[in-house]
Amino acid sequence: MPPLDLLPLAASESNLLAAREQMAFTLGFHIVLSCIGVALPATMLVANYYGLKKGDERALELARRWSKAMAVTFAVGAVTGTVLSFEFGLLWPQFEHRFGSVFGVAFAIEGIFFFLEAIFLAVYIYGWKRLRPWAHFWAGMPMVITGIGGAFSVVAANAWMNQPQGFTLNRAGEVVDVEPLKVLFNPATGYEVVHMILAAYMVVGFLVASIYAVGMLKGRRERLHQLGLMIPLTIACIATPFQLFVGDTAARGVADHQPAKFAAMECIQETGTDQTEYVGGVCTKDGVKGAIGIPGLDSFLVGWSTDTKVTGLNDIPADERPPANTFIHLSFDTMVGIGSALFLLALWFAFAWWRKRDIPQTPWFLRAVAVSGAGAIVALWAGWIVTEVGRQPWIVQGYMRTSEAVTEAKGIWFSFGLVLLLYAGLGTGAVLVLRAMSRRWRAGGTEEVQSPYAPQTEELV
Amino acid sequence: MSKADAAAAILWVGATFYALFGGADFGGGFWDLFAGWDERGQRPRDVIQRSLTPVWEANHVWLIFVLVVLWTAFPPAFSAIFTTLYVPIALAAVGIVLRGAGFAFRKSIVGLRERRAMGATFAISSVLTPFFMGTVVGAIAAGNVPAEGNGDAFSSWIQPLPLLIGAMFVATGAYLAAVFLVGDARRGDHELERYFERRALGAAVVAGAFAVAGLFALQSEARYVFDRLTEQGLPLVILSLLCGIALLAVLLRGGRRPLRPLAAGAVVAVIWGWGVAQFPYLLPTSLRIDQAAAPDPTMTIIFIVFAVAAVLVLPSLGLLYTLAQKDLLESEH
Repeated sequence: MPPLDLLPLAASESNLLAAREQMAFTLGFHIVLSCIGVALPATMLVANYYGLKKGDERALELARRWSKAMAVTFAVGAVTGTVLSFEFGLLWPQFEHRFGSVFGVAFAIEGIFFFLEAIFLAVYIYGWKRLRPWAHFWAGMPMVITGIGGAFSVVAANAWMNQPQGFTLNRAGEVVDVEPLKVLFNPATGYEVVHMILAAYMVVGFLVASIYAVGMLKGRRERLHQLGLMIPLTIACIATPFQLFVGDTAARGVADHQPAKFAAMECIQETGTDQTEYVGGVCTKDGVKGAIGIPGLDSFLVGWSTDTKVTGLNDIPADERPPANTFIHLSFDTMVGIGSALFLLALWFAFAWWRKRDIPQTPWFLRAVAVSGAGAIVALWAGWIVTEVGRQPWIVQGYMRTSEAVTEAKGIWFSFGLVLLLYAGLGTGAVLVLRAMSRRWRAGGTEEVQSPYAPQTEELV
Repeated sequence: MSKADAAAAILWVGATFYALFGGADFGGGFWDLFAGWDERGQRPRDVIQRSLTPVWEANHVWLIFVLVVLWTAFPPAFSAIFTTLYVPIALAAVGIVLRGAGFAFRKSIVGLRERRAMGATFAISSVLTPFFMGTVVGAIAAGNVPAEGNGDAFSSWIQPLPLLIGAMFVATGAYLAAVFLVGDARRGDHELERYFERRALGAAVVAGAFAVAGLFALQSEARYVFDRLTEQGLPLVILSLLCGIALLAVLLRGGRRPLRPLAAGAVVAVIWGWGVAQFPYLLPTSLRIDQAAAPDPTMTIIFIVFAVAAVLVLPSLGLLYTLAQKDLLESEH
């Protein structure tokens, strides 16, 4: 790439940067679709159950619409997921070469869950007409389990990259033995997996609710919109307090096992007790500039006492410190900040429901819900930035550097550009298609709306 | 049979399913591309769309299965292939993105122009994707992937054998699809039935021609594979040939059965013939199965996953195919 050769980077560094950007971008795109695959089935089935139990046609209608929307996001997610599995080889061949036999087991298991989810999504969509109502409801249930199982497998692989164990290396650094259970259930698996599954339920809950909140702000306040807001919002609001608890546990896990990442998250420069918790600001070698500091709180959060010693970046060898310290710190703050704001929204909703069995009757509540979906996605991205950038320069913490894993292939900047272009089209297409579906639903009837897995109905052209 | 050989067999089973179902899927796109302009192409396109819709996703999961088993059970082979053949692999990935997007969006879009653009994207990428995958397989068979990886990015696959195999992949997919579609069209529409019969015949002849040309290319470019294919692999080659001839005979007589098993048999025999011909190499002749194999516990997990898949996935897949076929039956009336 001629223009990029001007960058003051050695060829290998340039490749590494391009590969990391491409991976980050494609993962960031895919993770939103994954959340939908993990959590939308349950949301849909709650509406389905409610509709069958109470004979509520509107709720059934919602489940039907969501299943057709999910067909679109699932198809796009399958494509972006396939791209990720190609990227393992195209961008990080040496990572596969050395450790494919170790963490690959997680992906092998994930394959089954994904396969089953693809099948049962099609069965569920076909089943609207072909199966009896309750049989149809139960035919959707496997998707809830496959969503959770799939998330477990993939996130366990990521957790393993953070806290690798369960393998034996010989002198040459080759893997000679593997203990699959130790790989799958490494110390980070517990909190990372639960954190991600709850995140998926929050993203989907707030996102779907935000769509109906926008509709209600535009004056569409009939039962369909009310249910469309309440069902997903309730699910998200139940998940939120648990998420704060799990996130807190996760941060302590990171402090224990990945002190470099934790120091970067919290901008801790010098090891010591009585560490200040900084909110916002810019991280420099001489400390944090422009942050709100709460003395002792960081130590307290790590060990329930201000006497807790927390490792600072000064105790991490210079070539093992995460890059972009401020970026990691602010990403962490963004995630925690949005999570806390969503928790307040959940409290507001719970309070109104407790008092009046209804949503708060102010447009400000709807406005808050309307932005909560985007907020949850931003928090999701911020969290993954902390996990991934915070682990750098390692791809496998303590065992393999990302720079050792990257491909020597040429043209990665070119492929990154191509990916940006393709995904821009993919994203635009998906949004346009979903909006067109929603317009047709409003114009009348669900039956006529086509979706990728649905049986063919009459032509609409 | 060692654990590594068993894992290689599982890899081949996955590749077989992908070749059959994924191949037919690509072939559907191929016929869609050549179905003619809007109105003329409408009827065959409808049949294609109807038979692909419920299963296209599941069909492509086999690809992910193959990739994951390859990198988990044989990591050095995976990295050698990806560091050498990254150009055709990346192009196949682009094709997968365009194809998936085109397919997913086409159905949900109302405007004729948008639908046509999406349809064209779907169809063109249905031809390019299997072509590039074929060049990857051809380059491996030709022994152009060095065990340590980082082989030449272009000369490794821009050669007669890989290009021929690429073309053969496209033709084989088209052949499988046409045969499957004869069955799908058959329920009541004799004209469409003959439409796909003619195409099945044509594709069978073309695929056969590429296969013969491929044999000659093998003889000059991939001696190890050629020798084993014509010795240990000979029964499978003959079986494939017999299936092909029998299918032609059935089609020419206007017969109905057993089209699908014969078409599938011809393809499966070739894939396993290739496997036998490569044995015991993953990358002929630089990397053997046992040299590339992951530690035993990893292989055990692969076996468990495979067994669970057989117990859970296959019946579910059966349920889906049944529902889909039932839908086809009902929509006739």
